[in-house]
Amino acid sequence: MNMNDFSAAFGTALHLIIHLDTDLVAIVLLSLQVSLSAVLLAACIGLPIGAAVAVFRFPGRGVIIVLLNALMGLPPVVVGLMVYLMLSRAGPLGELGLLFTPMAMVIAQSLLVTPIIAALTRQTVADLHDEYAEQLRSMGVGPLRAIGTLLWDGRFSLLTGILAGFGRASAEVGAVIIVGGNINHVTRVMTTTIALETSKGNLALALGLGLILMLLALAVNGAAQVLRDSAQRAYG
Amino acid sequence: MTQAAALLPEWRLVMPASQPILPLALRNVDYEIRGARLLENISLALETGPRTVVMGPNGAGKSLLLRICHGLLQPSRGSLQWANPIMEQVRHAQAMVFQRTVMLRRSTAANIAYALAAYRVPRSQRNAIIAEVLEQAGLAHLAYRSARVLSGGEQQRLALARAWAVKPQVLFLDEPTANLDPAATHAMEEMIGRIHGTGTKIVMTTHDLGQARRLADEVFFLHRGRLLEQAPARSFFAGPQCAEAAAFLEGKLLW
Repeated sequence: MNMNDFSAAFGTALHLIIHLDTDLVAIVLLSLQVSLSAVLLAACIGLPIGAAVAVFRFPGRGVIIVLLNALMGLPPVVVGLMVYLMLSRAGPLGELGLLFTPMAMVIAQSLLVTPIIAALTRQTVADLHDEYAEQLRSMGVGPLRAIGTLLWDGRFSLLTGILAGFGRASAEVGAVIIVGGNINHVTRVMTTTIALETSKGNLALALGLGLILMLLALAVNGAAQVLRDSAQRAYG
Repeated sequence: MTQAAALLPEWRLVMPASQPILPLALRNVDYEIRGARLLENISLALETGPRTVVMGPNGAGKSLLLRICHGLLQPSRGSLQWANPIMEQVRHAQAMVFQRTVMLRRSTAANIAYALAAYRVPRSQRNAIIAEVLEQAGLAHLAYRSARVLSGGEQQRLALARAWAVKPQVLFLDEPTANLDPAATHAMEEMIGRIHGTGTKIVMTTHDLGQARRLADEVFFLHRGRLLEQAPARSFFAGPQCAEAAAFLEGKLLW
């Protein structure tokens, strides 16, 4: 391939984006749908787990903290493989028939993201708890209400953690390609399409999606930054 | 009673404790941590009325004593007994302001609203109380400002207002003006005086002799974890009974 092919592909990619090519739009929307659902699910699980580990003292707590931190770096293909084994016909959840559906991808990505959100939540809430604990106990606030308070007062930092989770979910390819199967119009998301189209030599679509993915990452990080700054200004 | 009120869960109708919780009696209280005895054989009584000031050099155990009275720490030995046996009521009839203020990451008004909710003050009364205590603290114009961006003096006044809002019978103040300049200290002392005027028992620690002279009706003098002297303020400052207190008043006893 020479430079001309590359710039031609780039031009076509821009064309696809600007004219909102239906295939491209469908793929982007499915990606967003899958990753946002996964992050929502992961936040529902990860926030309370992280906060509980931060606030409660119980045997095995240290092990859980190490585990959470270690799981943050879980390789997506391993998660994909585990979910595949669970959901495949012979697997324990095979009867649900979820393999190669968007739902399977949501499950895989939320498994990937939950430890990230839980670990970052634990850190945020633990720091805040160090500061608040005595005051809250003085006011007679019980542990459950304290967790609610800490989650609310840590909302800006926590949102940053959730955005980090979204970044990881939307960028990973290993898990969704295994459990989704990269089926056209069904389970084909941005990352899996990029992998497939690149290997097929269809660089235009791959490049177009790559651009969108990068813009998305930029937007997410920009949003996190704005959030941090405005929180800093408003809350010191 | 209206039908709506009849449907409310019962705990909503429970008002904050009105039964007196004082006096508080400590008998032979020790506090140890990792083998170090930080408070030793403390017996004292906190009665309704006089402003009690706990004095002593740094590390004497003043803050520890307040935390034990307030119930944040459990004595290693000895007993602590309130006049009111219902712990829930005792809990809700006292409040504490800490040396390092803890400002929730919310607005000034929301900080007070939080305390009122924690003390189960009925929702319908909260706004009026918030307006009243912010006015008293001179913070009304900052009601919707984030509490975390207030100045040190304003934050400490907010902490005091937050404690006052729940109308405690006993208010513990742990070095409430330690980090404040003279003007802010003066504002705090005036507020403490007004709170005392409404019938709230004040128990505070300070290492500021001038402040102790201005505020104390009764002095407890602690030294290295032991309660060496308890006396009316007038006689304590006129002539302390123990040598350590005399040295402390002369500025010679630093630890």
